[in-house]
Amino acid sequence: MWLSQVSRVSWIFGRASASRRHAVKRSTAALAALATLAAVGLAACGVGGPQFALQNVSGLLPQLKFALTNDDGQMVTAKDYRGKIVLLYFGYTHCPDACPTTLTNLSEAMKRLGPEASRVRVLFVTVDPARDTLAVLKRYVSAFGPEFVGLRGDDDALTALSKRYRIAYHREPPDRNGYYAVDHSSAVFIFDASGAARLLAGESDNPRTIAVDLHKLDAS
Amino acid sequence: MRSAPMHSILFYLAPWELSPTVILVCAASAVLYARGLGELARRGERIGFWRPFSFFLGLALDYAVLQTYYDFLAQHMFWVHRLQHLVLHHLAPVLIVLASPGRAMWAGVPFGWRAAGARLCRERRGFRWIPRFGARLFMLIQHPAIAPVIFVGLIFFWLTPAVHFGAMLNLQRYLAMNWSMGVDGLLFWWLMLAPRSLQGSAALGYASRILIVCLIAVPQILLGAYIALHSTVLFDVYGICGRAWAIAPLTDQELGGLLTWIPAAMMSGVAMLIILRRLLLEESEAQSARKAAAAIG
Repeated sequence: MWLSQVSRVSWIFGRASASRRHAVKRSTAALAALATLAAVGLAACGVGGPQFALQNVSGLLPQLKFALTNDDGQMVTAKDYRGKIVLLYFGYTHCPDACPTTLTNLSEAMKRLGPEASRVRVLFVTVDPARDTLAVLKRYVSAFGPEFVGLRGDDDALTALSKRYRIAYHREPPDRNGYYAVDHSSAVFIFDASGAARLLAGESDNPRTIAVDLHKLDAS
Repeated sequence: MRSAPMHSILFYLAPWELSPTVILVCAASAVLYARGLGELARRGERIGFWRPFSFFLGLALDYAVLQTYYDFLAQHMFWVHRLQHLVLHHLAPVLIVLASPGRAMWAGVPFGWRAAGARLCRERRGFRWIPRFGARLFMLIQHPAIAPVIFVGLIFFWLTPAVHFGAMLNLQRYLAMNWSMGVDGLLFWWLMLAPRSLQGSAALGYASRILIVCLIAVPQILLGAYIALHSTVLFDVYGICGRAWAIAPLTDQELGGLLTWIPAAMMSGVAMLIILRRLLLEESEAQSARKAAAAIG
């Protein structure tokens, strides 16, 4: 039974030995071409760009794109931030742990960057627009530094953005005092000046690592 | 996911990310099969209830895990994702293959199209290679030593943490992952479960099939157990992108591992029973044929 399967293999790869030799030659040439292509590709990826400590997501996520209201009440889109390195983070001002930790880390990273920080914007998109009014948002983000901008949108705008960057958030049922938590993504999406998604920072990445990589991104 | 008011049932039934390809393929399959059933009935062939039921159930399951709110949950919860792949790679294809829908679907293709396609492949130089190349490719991936390697290899490939990370973050890779699981499931279970008489030149003996379904269970059990019992988080993408609801990351991973381990391996047991039934059925048919021949001779 298995023997007949073996003979099937030879059928697939061609019966006549002449044509098989030909096929071997051809496939060797194809392999060589593939290897060359791979080498060139690797060289282009590895040697060309800087090495980052943060998770590299170049090519994985789409270009920065949104239409939301900023904490001054103006409609803004991704175009308004072209030319800046953008750090996009989803959270809410009542967040007990993740958001303050991450935003403090980012704030610390901005201080380390010094004057270079003026070329960076941290966009804090609220996933709790019901409680985070523009005034609340502005008071909250301005505590972290001048590079921080609070953004707010309606359900549709928020859903579109969360689908685009494949993030989830979920409102927990409220407690007796009406307080509720919102589970959300922990990622900071980092875009270069052209709006291309480049890096991903998490809660556990320290300010030094973030500052070093932002500097590399700014220099490249 | 959206907080405020309760959503209507339509919200949960609507595609989370609309894929025209999935909708088109599912709709076309359903239409072809339904048309074919009618056509066969006109020719006096009766298919009965259970085969169409099995086909439509499998198709509906595939559609449901790909084009409803379920897809959102699968993107943001590891164990829901594992259940999605259990449906795409194991359950739905087995149901579809059990219906042996090929004949009916072929009969459902409008006659004019069939004739035009045959003419094109026969007469036009540029098209002649298609059926030959298609048959060879099919024989290659359906080779009894290659098909199970592809089947198990795909599970391992997409569960490699770095690959999984990219697949969950990038829409194109996510689609490629789900398509590869669905299509490979159909190919593999067809090779394992279809009656030999319908397999043509790809026909595989029942003993080999039983050996193969036993063998594929082993790596699935090992991988599932490895994931379920691992004490650190292997797939951090769910934490990074946010889970669909609050659950401890390790609990999520444990459930996902168990789903990769137990139901997937149980499918091999089910498949073995189906193969044995086919074997006995064919044996008894052959026996009665021999008796009939002896009576005549």
